[in-house]
Amino acid sequence: MRIAIIDTSSTRAAIISDGLRESGLHDLVVIDAGQPMLRQLEQAKADVVLINLENPSRDILEDFFAMSRALARPIAMFVDQSDTESMGAAIDAGVSAYVVDGLSKQRIRPVVDVAVRRFQAFSRLQTELAEARTALADRQSIDRAKAILMKRRGLDEPAAYALLRGHAMRTNRRIVEIAESIVTSDALMGEMP
Amino acid sequence: MSLPLFRIGFMPLVDAALPILAREQGFAADAGIEIDLVRDMTWATVRDRLLYGHSDAAHLIAPLAIATTLGRGRAAVPLCVPFVLGLNGNAITLSTALGDRLGLGDGLADPMALGGRLKTLALQRLAAGRPLRFGVVHRYSSHNYMLRYWLAAVGIVPDREVEISVTSPPFAADALAAGEVDGICVGEPWNSVAVDRGVGRIALVTAQIWRRGVEKVLALQTHTLAERGEDVAALVRALHAAARHFVAPEAVAENAAILARREYLDAPVDTILRAITDRIRLSRGAPPLHVPDFMFQYREAANFPWRSQAAWLYSQMQRWDGLPVLADEAKAAEAVFRPDVYRAALAGSGATLPGASSKLEGAIGDPLAAGSTQGRLLLGNDRFFDGRAFDPDDIAAYLAALPKG
Repeated sequence: MRIAIIDTSSTRAAIISDGLRESGLHDLVVIDAGQPMLRQLEQAKADVVLINLENPSRDILEDFFAMSRALARPIAMFVDQSDTESMGAAIDAGVSAYVVDGLSKQRIRPVVDVAVRRFQAFSRLQTELAEARTALADRQSIDRAKAILMKRRGLDEPAAYALLRGHAMRTNRRIVEIAESIVTSDALMGEMP
Repeated sequence: MSLPLFRIGFMPLVDAALPILAREQGFAADAGIEIDLVRDMTWATVRDRLLYGHSDAAHLIAPLAIATTLGRGRAAVPLCVPFVLGLNGNAITLSTALGDRLGLGDGLADPMALGGRLKTLALQRLAAGRPLRFGVVHRYSSHNYMLRYWLAAVGIVPDREVEISVTSPPFAADALAAGEVDGICVGEPWNSVAVDRGVGRIALVTAQIWRRGVEKVLALQTHTLAERGEDVAALVRALHAAARHFVAPEAVAENAAILARREYLDAPVDTILRAITDRIRLSRGAPPLHVPDFMFQYREAANFPWRSQAAWLYSQMQRWDGLPVLADEAKAAEAVFRPDVYRAALAGSGATLPGASSKLEGAIGDPLAAGSTQGRLLLGNDRFFDGRAFDPDDIAAYLAALPKG
């Protein structure tokens, strides 16, 4: 069973490929986003095609499959009617699957399940990465605000932090918000004597 | 208490205006509902979000609502259409090179005359092993059917003498620029974007092919209609109020600015303003030309889902899918359009309500008074450019008389 993967993110495509290989599925073709998609697909002769939901080529892909009905290997969207939850989970995760006519459900389900888990893992990673970036930015703002307070008010570091923290608690705001306003006002008024 | 919510899927096109304006200009709130909008870049994803509950309703190409109900290319899921979001508003834009070869002038071309010249060129290109290729937005789109209707009527055999492929609207100008296609049939503002970039020239508007061609619709799953009938009626009222506002001359500048926003069309405001005021720039730098009925969003009960419109789309679906007309299937296709829901939702309002649910399509030349149960209904010219009329009660005879594909 050959599986083709079309994804606007080459990182995610690699993550999905790894997952499928771990499940013992080795006949994989990753479609190169920089080359004409349909020509690669024609050559791939895949039994299953996975594509990310937000891929701008989905309508083109479905048209290609509609034409394939007239050919030897008709491909249609995988809709598991006995278990709409499974397709629903795939759509929720952001992946859709197309399968060659006649392929049994038992063989396709594991492929879709792996893809769903890998899509979810990828989006978790992205969220974590975004959170890590935010945390880093927050840390930097707080450090800069502390430095400003230490210089202007002649405080040591623990006292500067206590001042920030106390003000945040009294005004019911986050420390980073207080820090950002200090950094901003310092940038605007820093030259004042 | 929060209002009943409709999440509505849409593509970045000018004819997504009514749900956008219903949200932004308060018509949804006036009707007692809330609208959230979900933007996507392919019709396949708009459809899938609707089928798997990411959205409650969708701005959809009308034939796709029918194809989904009939189960073309996937398992069937019944959809219903209680409201038509507009008629026409599309154009056929040729690459600048092809436009020059065909001698496009300052005005819109004549469909017959242009077709004759195109036929000669198409055969030359076919003989040279480089057939002309046109891009349409989806296999199950009115764009595909309008383009094919025109080509076949002027003696060009689609798929054999010219190729027709799928090109997503926001990428249509790129496809023209890259030479992937020689012409596109897409909705606005994407023709105007191609013109302003200097990569294409508008040759025809689809209103020249069928003066009152059904375009986007509001589609829902039938179970949503069954479970949330009152909410759906409120949504129909909100969209109808938005349609009236959409055509008000004093509102167009603000409407264009709203549609142009990043979260909606993310396109130049000037291209949108031209489209919604029926002023179309045919080639780069040219003054916009007034094209009457280019987009038709409100007058003549334009939002009424005529079953005969669904029947015409089904006739073309069978014609180009190469399948026979089946009586049961034709009935199922017609039944996707729900004039009964439209009437019930707007009874007692100022809206014009046609008395009939189906009509001869393409049979009206001079404006004609038609039966109505509320308001006065005057229907304008609804001709096809070849003068044929469509009788929804005899689809097979209609298809038999059309040129073979």
